[in-house]
Amino acid sequence: MGFDGSAVIAGYAEYAAERPFRGTPSLAIEQWADLAASALADAGIEWSEVDGLACAGDLPESASFMPATVAEYCGWSVNFAERLDLGGASSVGMVWRAALAIEAGLCDVVVCAVTGRPWPPDPTPGPIDDRFFFGASSNAWGSPQAEFEIPYGNVGQNSGYAMYARRYHDTFGWDERARAKIAADQRVSAAVNPSAIFHGRPASVDEVLASKLISDPLRMLEIVMPVTGGGAVVVARQDRARTHRSVAIRGFGEHLTHKTPSYAPDLTVTPVAAAAGKAFEMSGRTPAEMHMAQIYDCYTITALLSIEDSGFCDKGKGMAFVNDHDLSYLGDFPMNTHGGQLGYGQPGGAGGMTQVVEAVRQLQGRAGVRQLARHDLAYVTGTGGVMSEQSALVLEGLS
Amino acid sequence: MSMSFDPDELRPPRPRPTPTSRPFWDALSEHRLVVQRCGTCGAWIHYPRVRCTSCGGADLTFEPVDASGTIRTFTISRQPTAPHFRDEVPQILAIVELPIGVRITTTLVVDDLHPVEAIAIGAGVEPVYDDGEDGLTLLRYRTQSAAVTAQEHS
Repeated sequence: MGFDGSAVIAGYAEYAAERPFRGTPSLAIEQWADLAASALADAGIEWSEVDGLACAGDLPESASFMPATVAEYCGWSVNFAERLDLGGASSVGMVWRAALAIEAGLCDVVVCAVTGRPWPPDPTPGPIDDRFFFGASSNAWGSPQAEFEIPYGNVGQNSGYAMYARRYHDTFGWDERARAKIAADQRVSAAVNPSAIFHGRPASVDEVLASKLISDPLRMLEIVMPVTGGGAVVVARQDRARTHRSVAIRGFGEHLTHKTPSYAPDLTVTPVAAAAGKAFEMSGRTPAEMHMAQIYDCYTITALLSIEDSGFCDKGKGMAFVNDHDLSYLGDFPMNTHGGQLGYGQPGGAGGMTQVVEAVRQLQGRAGVRQLARHDLAYVTGTGGVMSEQSALVLEGLS
Repeated sequence: MSMSFDPDELRPPRPRPTPTSRPFWDALSEHRLVVQRCGTCGAWIHYPRVRCTSCGGADLTFEPVDASGTIRTFTISRQPTAPHFRDEVPQILAIVELPIGVRITTTLVVDDLHPVEAIAIGAGVEPVYDDGEDGLTLLRYRTQSAAVTAQEHS
């Protein structure tokens, strides 16, 4: 596998997490253009230099032909247009696809954005539909979920991740404090992040364990808080990056095996194992060399399984690893230094972009009080569905 | 949210069989379980498909199988996973594994003889055929009753 690092992340933009949203609602495509403009300004790249774009399934105005609509709306002529449908893995997936397209010579500047703010009231609202209730599960006729999952109530994310958690603990032991510590450590970082929904509000392990049981064994504070937000990064040929330290994409991986956990080959080894293996192999780096891990954390169990399956510790040793390390920005294994989605909040499909943006922010030395002393190498993951699709990045700040 | 709905009108959605899956649902209505088997490589496949997930072969035949299995994992959802299921809370969602290896999404039914305390990963479960007024039958499960378990182990 050849990947020479000539594509870099040059800049980013992010809407702070809010709940409730206090700004002026705007159409998703307007948010997209706004985030793109901010990220390009951050990178010091002109609007007219854009010749590629990657979007995700978050533009309700444009259920289909989304990339062409974005290009037209922004006035861009693009040689690379992607719409990702990988849920929370979409942001990581955008970055490496953009990097590949740039290295292949297709394009030089790719905007990758995901929106998550409310839009204005529709003057002619349609009826509320299945998508609102069943989210990631399709209730269209012929869909496997419509026939074999939804009638049994197997919808949403909580119960699926809870079933993963139960199988994990049944296999490797019931240390629920370790799972809670992931949330508590991340709340330490969130507490000093003004953009996080839990800014100024740390939570102890005991508080996490005392929170309401939602879908056992998962408790309220182990589940992300939905917030509004959104984020964007600009991936560009290195000579286009002008303002900040260039962040090279050194390795990546992606793996999918199932839509619904019932059909997962293994409930204790998740797809990120294969994705991380590729990413580290491609980068020539090892997990131990990473200066930070920005790991998709829709639930504590997602992060716990990802720590193990990414190779930071052996299978089944994740609980001991969490107990032995401080995961906060002050700690010896800084993970999700923005607070993670558990501490920052999950701005819908843009949740995965918070991990990408925080990695770039740290690598570029722009994280303020959360800034890590060592900030040259970062590992980032994305997770979609219920451990359905997972992707990984190894990023390096260039000198 | 600008859209509105009446949550009291929402009911659990029913399966809508396809030409491919129809034999599966017809068998459940007769309180039998059929699972596809690949005539090329012998793999068992659930849910019904037109191609084998192991070899891609198209020679798939529904065969009757013993519907009893074991709990692969489960969770007890304390709030409805969607408002349609508000009358089913707590929902005991589970993945059941059959001896032939296929896994089935289901819910576990509890009563005095099949208490929630008996639910555990690896526990044996037996089918509960839940007949609907629409002629379709859902395949739910309950833990094997103590009498059955004792008999099997004697």
